[in-house]
Amino acid sequence: MSAEESPAGETAAAASAPRRAGGADLGAWKGVWVNIELERGRVQPVSWELLGEGRKLADHLGVPLSGVVLGPDDEATVAAAADAIRYGADQVHVVRDPVLAHYRTDPYTKALTELVERRRPEILLLGATTLGRDLAGAVATTLGTGLTADCTELRIDDETRSLAATRPTFGGTLLCTIHTLEYRPQMATVRPRVMAMPRRDDVRTGTVIEESVTLSEDDVVTKILSYIPDADADKAQLAYAEVVVAGGRGLGKPENFRLVEELAQALGGEYGGSRPVAQAGWIAAERQIGQTGKTIRPKLYIAAGISGAIQHRVGVEGADVIVAINTDAKAPIMDFATYAIVGDALQILPALTDALRERKARRAAGQGAAGACAALAADAA
Amino acid sequence: MHIVVCVKQVPDSSQIRVHPVTNTIMRQGVPAVVNPYDLVSLEEALRIRDRFGARVTVLSMGPKMAVDALRKCVSYGADDAVLITDRVFAGSDTLATSYALASAIRTIGAERPVDMVFCGKQTIDGDTAQVGPGIARRLGLQQLTYVSKIERVDPEAREIVVHRRAEGGVQVLQTKLPCLVTMMEGANTIRFAGMDDMFRAARCDIAEWDHKAAGIAELTRCGLKGSPTVVKKVFAPSAKAVKAQCFDSAGKTPREVVDALLARVFEQHPSIEEEIAS
Repeated sequence: MSAEESPAGETAAAASAPRRAGGADLGAWKGVWVNIELERGRVQPVSWELLGEGRKLADHLGVPLSGVVLGPDDEATVAAAADAIRYGADQVHVVRDPVLAHYRTDPYTKALTELVERRRPEILLLGATTLGRDLAGAVATTLGTGLTADCTELRIDDETRSLAATRPTFGGTLLCTIHTLEYRPQMATVRPRVMAMPRRDDVRTGTVIEESVTLSEDDVVTKILSYIPDADADKAQLAYAEVVVAGGRGLGKPENFRLVEELAQALGGEYGGSRPVAQAGWIAAERQIGQTGKTIRPKLYIAAGISGAIQHRVGVEGADVIVAINTDAKAPIMDFATYAIVGDALQILPALTDALRERKARRAAGQGAAGACAALAADAA
Repeated sequence: MHIVVCVKQVPDSSQIRVHPVTNTIMRQGVPAVVNPYDLVSLEEALRIRDRFGARVTVLSMGPKMAVDALRKCVSYGADDAVLITDRVFAGSDTLATSYALASAIRTIGAERPVDMVFCGKQTIDGDTAQVGPGIARRLGLQQLTYVSKIERVDPEAREIVVHRRAEGGVQVLQTKLPCLVTMMEGANTIRFAGMDDMFRAARCDIAEWDHKAAGIAELTRCGLKGSPTVVKKVFAPSAKAVKAQCFDSAGKTPREVVDALLARVFEQHPSIEEEIAS
């Protein structure tokens, strides 16, 4: 295909020209924007997490925080805009159009790109979901600006007033801080659960701005034939579980993974694994924990036989308590765990499962006995 | 049909180490491999060729040593291979990379029009997933990322139906060629290289294009100059100020260690005991 043959060749050629918003022009870009990801009537919670983070950036810069909601002309779109204010936005830009009923790259890219050009925010944040990454890559290319993926920390560099976006690099061995100095907006994506969920404030007020963008279904080449919801809803639970147990290569072989599953069950939690075991097929890809898998923020995280490479660390750092079980007292995980057992996970895991099951049994028996006593007392009365 | 598959040679990340004193990456001796996600896309392209007849061209940008990655792809069955390699590409971020690759695809397409472009879901060294969408935008291709299954390809009607992963399910999408596809892991497994293809790979000429041959006129859009993002700092994460409270299992039974741990955890974090009990 040459540019001439391609139906969108002309616009694409124009789109790919990088625009330098240098000098005085930079000052024309103001405000922090967060894309509120609405899919099938439901807002991805990462959007609220980003509003929490965007609030800090906007306050630091002394500029307003805005949400952007793209969706069909229905109640869910209106509700998403109202919720964005409750989670911290000062204003919300809303595009309601039937063409935006389901996510498709072209109309979403067109709508978001037009809004950005119209309103000129200096920062644009999106969730690093499959939708957000698809959209962010398309929008950044169309705008010819910088995009930093999967950030784990966002700050404002006071000297340059620019966004300092930190992310793991080289497969998660190191961290790097990336700036987009001469182009606007500065775009970044952040994975779900990396940032804390802000408190919802139901009395908070803000402005909803209805935006119009010219969209036509006839212009959209890609059509949605159907949608197949996931049968295993549990897969989605891992990121939001309060207790998580995970295993790594230190478990030796895939059969030993049941020790992890049994402990998770005894704790009433979810289980997962490190990148190497996911790549080796010991667990489903959806259960991978770390930079390229799920980010978790449980109350308790138990990591068995996981050395704790940075790419894993950034996925679990949000846990309140981390218990590491490892034969190597010098493993990197010891640097960020709260508690550590230096020992063989294959012996420690079953001992832990037994201890917890016994506790549970004792508690149940205790309650049973207490119940019986109460019944006797009632009889006596 | 003509299919271009973009691949990247990456260091085998499982073997990268950081120098404990200087905090720099120790590249010496780390083997280079074809980005594993790219192989899922290559296999899918080869399957389409097997069914409908097509030419599969693999394309990479990188240093000269990246010909090894392309040779590997030829050994799996790719028909042609092109490496764009030039000092002007050094320091490219994802925007500059997609510009260079899109230009090369245009040049490849001038000889034989390209119907589909495949990219890996992401690379294992950069992990950005941005180059695929970048190429799609620049070439005006229908963008199909995170494809878990290609259900139907109709070269006559120039239609394709794919399953695209969304957060809570799968979208079944129908679109027109030309398109760009990035495949999810697990969609297939790369085939074994056949003896014929291995010999062919060992002998074949891999085209090496500089920016001129790739059809790139605007050098300001390549490399560091063409990259809006600037890496300001690379560093190893700091250790937590408070070290882990350690329980050594030497000379104790596993049960003794575990009981000591649980007692301490529940004493210091009563909320966890409640969480487990609930």
